[in-house]
Amino acid sequence: MISIKGVHKSYQTGQNSLHVLKGIDLEIQQGEFVSIMGSSGSGKSTLLNILGILDNYDAGEYHLDNTLIQNMSEKKAARYRNDTLGFVFQSFNLISFKNAIENVALPLYYQGVKRKKRNAMALEYLAKFGLQDHGEHLPNQLSGGQKQRVAIARAIISKPKVILADEPTGALDTTSSYEVMEILKKINQEGITIIVVTHEHDIAEMTDKVIKLRDGIIEDIVINKKN
Amino acid sequence: MFDIERWKEIMSTLKQNKLRSFLTAFGVFWGIFMLIVMAGMGKGFETGVRSGMGGFATNSVFMWTQRTAKPYGGFRRGRNWNFENDDVTLIRKNIKGVKIVAPRLFAGWGSGENTVRGDKSANFNLKGDYPEWIEINPMELLKGRWLNNMDIRERRKVCVLGVKVYEQMFAMGENPIGQYLRVDGIYYQVVGVIEPLTQMNMQGRAEESIFLPFSTMQVVYNYGDAVFVIGAIAEDNVSAAHIQEEIKTMIKKRHKIAPDDEQAVAGFSLEKEFQQISNLFLGIRILTWIVGIGTLLAGVIGVSNIMLVIVKARTKEIGVMRAIGATPRKVIGQILLESAFLTTLAGYLGMFSGMLLLGLINNQLMKAVESGAEGVFLKNPEINFTVAISCLMVLIISGIFAGMIPARKAVSIKPIDALRAE
Repeated sequence: MISIKGVHKSYQTGQNSLHVLKGIDLEIQQGEFVSIMGSSGSGKSTLLNILGILDNYDAGEYHLDNTLIQNMSEKKAARYRNDTLGFVFQSFNLISFKNAIENVALPLYYQGVKRKKRNAMALEYLAKFGLQDHGEHLPNQLSGGQKQRVAIARAIISKPKVILADEPTGALDTTSSYEVMEILKKINQEGITIIVVTHEHDIAEMTDKVIKLRDGIIEDIVINKKN
Repeated sequence: MFDIERWKEIMSTLKQNKLRSFLTAFGVFWGIFMLIVMAGMGKGFETGVRSGMGGFATNSVFMWTQRTAKPYGGFRRGRNWNFENDDVTLIRKNIKGVKIVAPRLFAGWGSGENTVRGDKSANFNLKGDYPEWIEINPMELLKGRWLNNMDIRERRKVCVLGVKVYEQMFAMGENPIGQYLRVDGIYYQVVGVIEPLTQMNMQGRAEESIFLPFSTMQVVYNYGDAVFVIGAIAEDNVSAAHIQEEIKTMIKKRHKIAPDDEQAVAGFSLEKEFQQISNLFLGIRILTWIVGIGTLLAGVIGVSNIMLVIVKARTKEIGVMRAIGATPRKVIGQILLESAFLTTLAGYLGMFSGMLLLGLINNQLMKAVESGAEGVFLKNPEINFTVAISCLMVLIISGIFAGMIPARKAVSIKPIDALRAE
């Protein structure tokens, strides 16, 4: 599903060049539930952004679903993001003036699905996560856990193959964090590849495979047997 | 663009940001409102003044005599002189390009109450005219007839009254035709009543004048063969200034006046006045459009500016949109349409309000005129359809233009930077 070979990435900050990823090799099969761990500055978010075609890389190769992702036009990137990928963010990134249903339905809007149909689908996905009564609520009327569940519904409504979650539990209390992880696990059991970036060990433990990053290289890959 | 889904998207975005949308729209509203009101008022002023001149022949010249300023041909300077009947005849015969020439006499200024009928008496201007004069200074006949050639030839004691004269000397609804008026001790039979079509007046207001046949007046007032004013109209393709020069040259020669004496023959050409008035209105119009378009431009720049702020404020939203699959085109389209929609809607409202105000003003003016107000130099303030439609087009285009920079800015943000912005 995901194949990365020798990927480098540096950021230009004024005169200084910051070398963030120093040659990453990574294979993730379809249906895997993977976490990427590392201290801040280890390059985990950068890696996730490259995986999500939100950012470019300088050298190496990245194949997503057997397609080489390189110097893509924005239009094409947008299509891949819409079709293949789903995003879950630490700060939820719900659109504040749209209610839960509209937020969830947004990816379908970009696919050109009619309003009635996409709103019905959105409600269906919200119901899946126990949010059917909160469809009309604006994001600021929802709790953190509820917001993240809305965001997950938005990520999966376009039936992506890969879900990328950047610190999905970073802004949540422990109970909500575990709820969110349960939901991700359920989605994973439906065959969707999930990649979670986190720095919390207990969250990483819930995934099948932990990729440990340190200073821009993969330090270790741990398989969690107990799952 | 006519995708209903997209419109719903735009409407919900705008509705969720009411204050922002309102502020954005107000600049454009005000700009177009000012433009419409100013253009309309300018037009109304122009229509008012032009109708005040009401068909007064624009290629006409008027000349009268003054003391000479230079000694010439054995005469000293400061000589009093007059035009003569022969001057008129010779102009008609010899000067090419003159369509109509008519002499005029006048009397009655400050001579006490010169007009008497029964127990009514008043002071009016007296004018001695040729029938042709009505073509130089158009008047509407309310009753009876204007002076004719028989009156001139037979020196009839008849008169035509200005409408105010009729109102003062006769009872309401009384038929004046065939009645007699005593003017400076002589009885004249009334043959007509006129109302001037213009507010351009020479030797007093026409509605307060009594018009006598030129020849009658010359005899009765013992003017000899003197002519006080010569009025002329040039042929259609001849400049009035040109015939004025020719007439002056001829007359100066006949009356032994120095050719370079600028004072002796005084004149006034409506052509020049018309040109000046036309230039004045052109100036007003240009000014209106400069100020109006400037205001509108300020409004549009305001929209652009606010849209830019909006894009900045919505950086994250745009990032999210792009992360979940919005193409740059969608983002640009969304912002352009929002901007164009706001501008057009606001502009339309501004245009409508401006027209409403003009309509109200027009209404009040009509009422004022009906109730007898005089000297109203504003008539039918309005703006024509073409101007309105082109305004609307300008609005839509400028709306799209206003959205262009913000939209470009929005897509130049990388999704990742957009998401990082807190």
